[in-house]
Amino acid sequence: MPRLLLSGLSKSYGPLKVVDDVNLTLEEGEFVSLLGPSGCGKTTTLRMIAGFIEPTAGTISINGQVLSAPGAVLPPERRRMSMIFQSYAIWPNMTVAENVAFGLKLQKLPTAEVRTRTNRILDVVHLGHLADRYPAELSGGQQQRVALARAIVVQPTVLLLDEPLSNLDANLREEMRFEIRRLHDEFRFTTVYVTHDQAEAMATADRIAVMNAGRIEQVDAPHVIYTRPRTRFVAAFIGRTNLIEGKLSEDEVGLDGFALKLGQIGGAPADMTQPILLSMRPQAMALHRGQPAQRDGYPLLPATISQRTYLGESWDYVVRPAESGLSLRVSAPPLQVHEVGEAVWLEIDPRQIAVVN
Amino acid sequence: MSMTETATLPAPAIATRRPGFFARMRYLEPSTLLWILLVAVLLFLVAVPIGKLLIVSFEKQGTGGFTLSNYFTAYGRARYLEALGNSLILGTGAAALASVFAVPMAWAVSRTDMPGKGLSWAMVIGAFIMPPYLGAIGWILLAGPNSGFLNLAWRWVTGSSEPLVNVYSFAGLILVIALHSFPLIFIFVKSALDLISSEMEDAANILGAGTWKATLKVTLPLVWPSILGGIVVVFLETIALFGTPAIIGIPARINVVTTQLWQFFEYPVRVEVAAAYAMPLLLITMLIIGGQKRLLARKGYVSQTGKGGERREIRLGVWRWPIFAYCVLVSLLAVIMPVAVLLQASFARAWGNGLSWSNLTLDNYTYLLFRHEMALTSIWNTLWYSATAASAAVVIAVLVAYIVARKLVPFGSALGFLAMAPFVIPGIVMAIGFYAAYAPPPLALYGTALIIIFAFTARFLPIAFANASAAVRAVHPEMEEASRILGGGRLFTVRRITAPLILRSIIGGWLIVFIVASRELSSAVFLVGPRTRTMAVLLYDLSEAGNFEVLSAFGGLLLAITLVLVAIGMKLAGRDFMLRRN
Repeated sequence: MPRLLLSGLSKSYGPLKVVDDVNLTLEEGEFVSLLGPSGCGKTTTLRMIAGFIEPTAGTISINGQVLSAPGAVLPPERRRMSMIFQSYAIWPNMTVAENVAFGLKLQKLPTAEVRTRTNRILDVVHLGHLADRYPAELSGGQQQRVALARAIVVQPTVLLLDEPLSNLDANLREEMRFEIRRLHDEFRFTTVYVTHDQAEAMATADRIAVMNAGRIEQVDAPHVIYTRPRTRFVAAFIGRTNLIEGKLSEDEVGLDGFALKLGQIGGAPADMTQPILLSMRPQAMALHRGQPAQRDGYPLLPATISQRTYLGESWDYVVRPAESGLSLRVSAPPLQVHEVGEAVWLEIDPRQIAVVN
Repeated sequence: MSMTETATLPAPAIATRRPGFFARMRYLEPSTLLWILLVAVLLFLVAVPIGKLLIVSFEKQGTGGFTLSNYFTAYGRARYLEALGNSLILGTGAAALASVFAVPMAWAVSRTDMPGKGLSWAMVIGAFIMPPYLGAIGWILLAGPNSGFLNLAWRWVTGSSEPLVNVYSFAGLILVIALHSFPLIFIFVKSALDLISSEMEDAANILGAGTWKATLKVTLPLVWPSILGGIVVVFLETIALFGTPAIIGIPARINVVTTQLWQFFEYPVRVEVAAAYAMPLLLITMLIIGGQKRLLARKGYVSQTGKGGERREIRLGVWRWPIFAYCVLVSLLAVIMPVAVLLQASFARAWGNGLSWSNLTLDNYTYLLFRHEMALTSIWNTLWYSATAASAAVVIAVLVAYIVARKLVPFGSALGFLAMAPFVIPGIVMAIGFYAAYAPPPLALYGTALIIIFAFTARFLPIAFANASAAVRAVHPEMEEASRILGGGRLFTVRRITAPLILRSIIGGWLIVFIVASRELSSAVFLVGPRTRTMAVLLYDLSEAGNFEVLSAFGGLLLAITLVLVAIGMKLAGRDFMLRRN
């Protein structure tokens, strides 16, 4: 039985559909990230799971028991979940230890147990020495750790995180990503993590649910989302890509100036009669100075460099194949330097190309 | 205990099908009931008195039939119309003079290296907390035409037989009002100036403007909305002011709207005419505040954005001293001189005889405290009316602010509107409304403590609401949600999380209401009965009697009580708790 089940979940404000027929299943101990641009409905979905917002249609259930349905919402305090907020929401009038112990005291646990569990979790998040400090005396990263400790010490049925890292600076954000994943590996709480930052979602989640305009477009493991995006939105939102239209003919996709074998590329077209869209990541192509040996199914095209940008970790070239109107972005390692206007050979790896619907 | 074991779910989860009425009632928050209760309270405190005021102005005295004759009476005599004109001139003059006092001081304290800034700041606070009618009494002692100290000194120095200044004149009235109202403009302008980055002036300097030019062309225009806002507030306060015009204007035979309203309340009470006569005051206030809100809503002003940037003091060089002298002069006129003569008179056998051992006595104070029939009662009345009104206003304000901020009910903002409505109703108008609504049967509250407490609660509700609203909005909703998701119910969360977080500002708000209520004269004077006199009203009674030594001693008592309260407030709620503007 799935731990957490969202089925047909929708939320409208008047005519505005903020969340539109969301279906999502989380297994016991799974970490799923809701990823999407601002306004896509991911936070509304999370707050419906928490019980702060009543759905207009659909249900939310845990272990088969319905928690939310239109007109019948179990209030948040009776769900035994916990949540980490964008503002951290650390209570400034309580010490670190009091903040963390709050949920345990609400469960009416014996004082001694509250103390041991509080101390243990503070050690886990490396805050043991700051237990008696007030939040105003902590740095942003430390406050974030207090929020983490407060949320996991109660052993929630589901742990919810709402853009928890968006108020931190870049270095700290990267550190906390690994910290969140480490804590998940240690405690294995069923977790829903809302973010608009794809790197955050990739680093932390078992699966990513990409949301757009209130709907979930694709739910898959991070590497599948990247290499096999199923919709145009997912392909464009996650990483950089070249979206190219192609024509189907029997077992081939004909593109402007070259063709690819259908069996070699990822995904299958939904409709054989229509033109299809392909996502070619910049890493799916390689540049060569001289003509390399032809590999079976790897199109090889003479081309010219038309623009270049140095990004530190790689070169970003814009390449124009001869006898084609295409303009493709190609990624190359930092030491592979080509001048603008230089003639090169462009080699395309069909396995890294996906059909997008 | 192992951290990896999973928590068990709570047993009662709910069914998918839409539950029945009783099941839904279990999850219904009590806020709806509270909303209905608050609407009733606010209607009683705000809407009914003002509605009644309107109705009464069209009623025949005695029969209650419809008539327009009240309006003909109210505007049918030159004397009454002249009072209207006088009020407008007085308001304009006082506002203009107050800005002359306030703006240079605010600029010097906020942006320059003038010496004695702390002292100037303290003097402004002093002028702010001093009840206005005490300043008026102080100035009678200073500038009375015959025995005022300034005139005595003038005659002694020059040998002239004419007085130098006469407080019993239109100019005197304007001066005294400006001297106690300039702190309002000061506070507005200073807080706006505090937000302007020095980079604004640097940008003017680099283009070739000197310090003075930059100040006049850049800095002051940036805070112009605040100056104007301060002027508007002083104007509105002045046209609604009762104490100073009554104490100085009536002997000087200068009639203004508020003193004319007072005369309509002398026997036989003509509340219908008074209601009709109060309409211009109400309309002017509503129009000006409404217009100002519109104006400010349309444009964004630099003075209202809190963006930082470095702030440096402007170096004034030798100009520090003339500017400091100006601040000292304003302080002398507004606080030091009036308070000094007031205290001197309060300890004197005969105030005109000046400071000497033979003239010194405690008799004025002992008379008030032990022999006067009303003085102690009025002190007690003032304290408990003000405390009750402050508590009621704060409770209503916090509940409304919470409901509005958390959007707990649909149309919650209607509550906020009602709570803020008294802001555009002059106190004296509100008092007449309360008199018209609740003095006659069925409630027959005239002469009771209740009618005063209700009127104070309504009158100062906007202060309490603005305060509570800011306090509640400062608590991020996620602070409460964090408690709820961990298992705290709504009421538990309000008690354990929200209440402690807003407590300090709420105490500050309570004290502000308590302090302003304890010195309130203009609405109290219409509602007190023989046994429900407050200190402010008794002080006004004493001023009519003309015994200045006893009057000054009572003023001294009032000042002492105010100072104690302000000191408590500063201790509990921070030094500037009375100056926070929301």
